[in-house]
Amino acid sequence: MNTLAVAGLLLVLLGLSYQTGWSRSRALVTTGGQKVHSRPQYHGAYTALWTMIPTLLVLLLWAWLGGEITHNYIVSQIPTDVLQSLDQAGLNATIERIRAIASGFGVADDVAPFEQTAGENLRNFQMLTNIGVLLVAALCGGAALLYARKRITARLRARNAVERVINIVLLLCSAVAILTTLGIVTSLLTEALRFFTFIHPFDFFFGTVWAPNNAPGSGNYGRYGLLPLLAGTLMITAIAMLVAVPLGLMAAIYLSQYAPRRLRSIAKPLIEVLAGIPTIVFGFFALVTVGPFLRDFGRLVGLNINATSALTAGIVMGIMIIPFVSSLSDDILNQVPRTLRDGSYGLGATQSETIRKVLLPAALPGIVGAFLLAVSRAIGETMIVVLAAGNAPVLRGNPFEPVATITVSIVNQLTGDTDFSGPQSLVGFALGLTLFVITLGLNIFALYIVRRFREQYE
Amino acid sequence: MATDHITAARELSQERTRLVRSGLRRRHRNEAIFRGLGIAAIALALGFVALLFVDMTRKGIPAFVQSNLHLEVFFDPAIIDVGPAPVASEFASPAQYQAADLRWRRELALLNWNRILEASLMAKVPAGTEITSRELLSIPETNARHQLREMFVANPDLLGRTIAVDILASANADNWVKGNINRSLGDAQQQLSPAARTVIDAFEADGTLTNGFAWALFTNTDSRAAPASAGLLGAFVGSLYMMLIVIVLAVPIGVAAAIYLEEFAPKSRLTDFIEVNINNLAAVPSIVFGLLGAAVFINYMHLPISAPLVGGLVLTLMTLPTIIIATRGALLGVSPALRQAALGMGASKTQMVFHHVLPVTLPSILTATILGVAHALGETAPLLLIGMKAFVAQVPATPLDQATALPVQIYLWQGNENRNFFEPRTAAAIMVLLGVMIVLNGTAIYLRSRLEKRV
Repeated sequence: MNTLAVAGLLLVLLGLSYQTGWSRSRALVTTGGQKVHSRPQYHGAYTALWTMIPTLLVLLLWAWLGGEITHNYIVSQIPTDVLQSLDQAGLNATIERIRAIASGFGVADDVAPFEQTAGENLRNFQMLTNIGVLLVAALCGGAALLYARKRITARLRARNAVERVINIVLLLCSAVAILTTLGIVTSLLTEALRFFTFIHPFDFFFGTVWAPNNAPGSGNYGRYGLLPLLAGTLMITAIAMLVAVPLGLMAAIYLSQYAPRRLRSIAKPLIEVLAGIPTIVFGFFALVTVGPFLRDFGRLVGLNINATSALTAGIVMGIMIIPFVSSLSDDILNQVPRTLRDGSYGLGATQSETIRKVLLPAALPGIVGAFLLAVSRAIGETMIVVLAAGNAPVLRGNPFEPVATITVSIVNQLTGDTDFSGPQSLVGFALGLTLFVITLGLNIFALYIVRRFREQYE
Repeated sequence: MATDHITAARELSQERTRLVRSGLRRRHRNEAIFRGLGIAAIALALGFVALLFVDMTRKGIPAFVQSNLHLEVFFDPAIIDVGPAPVASEFASPAQYQAADLRWRRELALLNWNRILEASLMAKVPAGTEITSRELLSIPETNARHQLREMFVANPDLLGRTIAVDILASANADNWVKGNINRSLGDAQQQLSPAARTVIDAFEADGTLTNGFAWALFTNTDSRAAPASAGLLGAFVGSLYMMLIVIVLAVPIGVAAAIYLEEFAPKSRLTDFIEVNINNLAAVPSIVFGLLGAAVFINYMHLPISAPLVGGLVLTLMTLPTIIIATRGALLGVSPALRQAALGMGASKTQMVFHHVLPVTLPSILTATILGVAHALGETAPLLLIGMKAFVAQVPATPLDQATALPVQIYLWQGNENRNFFEPRTAAAIMVLLGVMIVLNGTAIYLRSRLEKRV
């Protein structure tokens, strides 16, 4: 369908309807001298809504059914004897040829007579249907316009009607959030359940060997044990927290309690810069700079550290989470009532004693909540681990060796592959479900703790 | 007797003072240590930021310079022996013209353009140097012959003429010129033969080969066969489409949802549920959104794989919670006086929200939007799952064509085998990405400070 004609029709109808409603409303005031319930803009919007909704419905209906109708028409134009000699691919090719002839582009080789007539018929048919649909849409819109115009009286509550439509639109928008969650849960669950028809859930959740057989077609699927991946994820998360928690917490304490105002106003946004750096950049940094540095450092002190290892990924991930920990801790430290601090100073405590013995214990639940949020972020982090952890799904406890995580395995099993028929790719959804449940649990628990903490001091 | 008591008491008190003093010293020392730890933590965090930027810049800057060959190319009629290019007016239908044109181009493609290239290179080689044609052709990038052919297709009048052409040097030649590869290594470890290396040095000495700004990085798409001509344009356009989709979809939907939840929704179980739901969505790992995209958009709705449309939709869903939460915060911060004044003057609730409350919150919404878009721009993992890591050699013309994105291009380049050449290129791509991020974030900060002053 001609986009320009459709857009033109819609614009003309929109302008016409709004103008009609507006001037009708003005006419009531100027010639009739009546007091009108709504302002003219609302009457305009009211008529416009009445006009546009049926017009759009007609156009949408055609967009939905039009392709099918045209397709059937083309098939009906092909003689039956030709039709019977064609297979599916041949039929599609013939339809494409007829469409090309109809559009005037033509085909490169000789045109069969039936194709020529079919093409000419199709051109007429397309012209007729296009005009017909536009006409029907315009007529529906026009009729609705006249009806809406007739309804405009001084007592018509046009504003309320328009506001009700706005309200519905707003409600639909907030439903998108729910639909997203619903989509995540259903897609993860259905695909994961399909995976569990291939692999027993017990073998997945408690298996200690991760060795998928990625060659398609064979009956041997390989083994899909979650535990090596879970162990790798937890190890990297633990290392990341060992880096992020002391640094983030101390930075937050210093910035909120000690730092002069100038330093705070400069250092705080600079640390936030870390939060804005894409994770792929951290991954590359870990791969080409941090990893080789750790390897050389290990050689210096007599340790065998791999360049891509749990340590490399963990340290860089820890750096990435610092701003997250520090800004959350900052918020929470600021919420502890001033009286507690003043009381401690009054008893002669030094500043660091006040922080360590009064402030931190009082803020502990909130800080624990913040740490849990940071943990859930670390567990779900992907690109740093993909680049810097070495991808070795083996169950072992040495942080200097390469590991693999849940997120890495999702990427490895699912990249660009949409053939969701075997467990090779479906396992991605089972892993995703595990990840989703873990992070969701951590988040709900952490938000609960933080909320409880806030209420305690409100 | 009495003096004894007094001396004893004085000693006792002196003892106590000493105790307190030493205790105080210890406590003040601890205070200083604690403070020092705080400063150290901040210094470390800032040090990491600085290290990352300095390291990426140091690694990336060499890639902005690239070796070019300046050649005199003679379009030899003896080699280019094809008929004249077909003219559209001679054919009955556009389809027939297209077929003839394709035939003509195929004939051209079958010609040995390397012979033309070789002749023009040979003209520059110093007399007396022995070099085989294979070694000579390892100096220009492998797509140089396509470049010459495209020039001829665009302008068939070039037949029999000699013109000056700039051609990129190959990645190996570039490594050699820049010293990315150790020059003292033996022949077995060098990518180029000794003769080719001598000729390159001669070219560099007589000005045939010079280093210039690497425009290819910005004007070309990715290329596997010709690494020296690999550029970011395709990925950049792909990212641009996705950002447009995110802005067009996430901002209106997010702001509308926030308005509904904050201003209109009745306080009920359902609203509470939506609220918890949105908070959790904001913390769902981005890779889960990729799974959603793969299952729903591609597998169920059959949208085209690797298309910026799907990537944009996935990133939209990922950005929505951020925008909703930020907008709600901004709406909550609007003073009740403004609302009551509007309502008192007879405005309806909708009018109050749209005419009075929303304009005040615009700066915050704008900032949140830019930050959300910047975050979406740097996201990689979900895009890998919807097939955007496919190799794409064309600039996507519409959001439905195959494309890749800037961060995914970085991911693809860092995995390239030609490390000497692609490590600087990757760092350069990271500099471009970080540059875009800094511009976006800087704009957000600037707009916020400007608009807030006005309101």
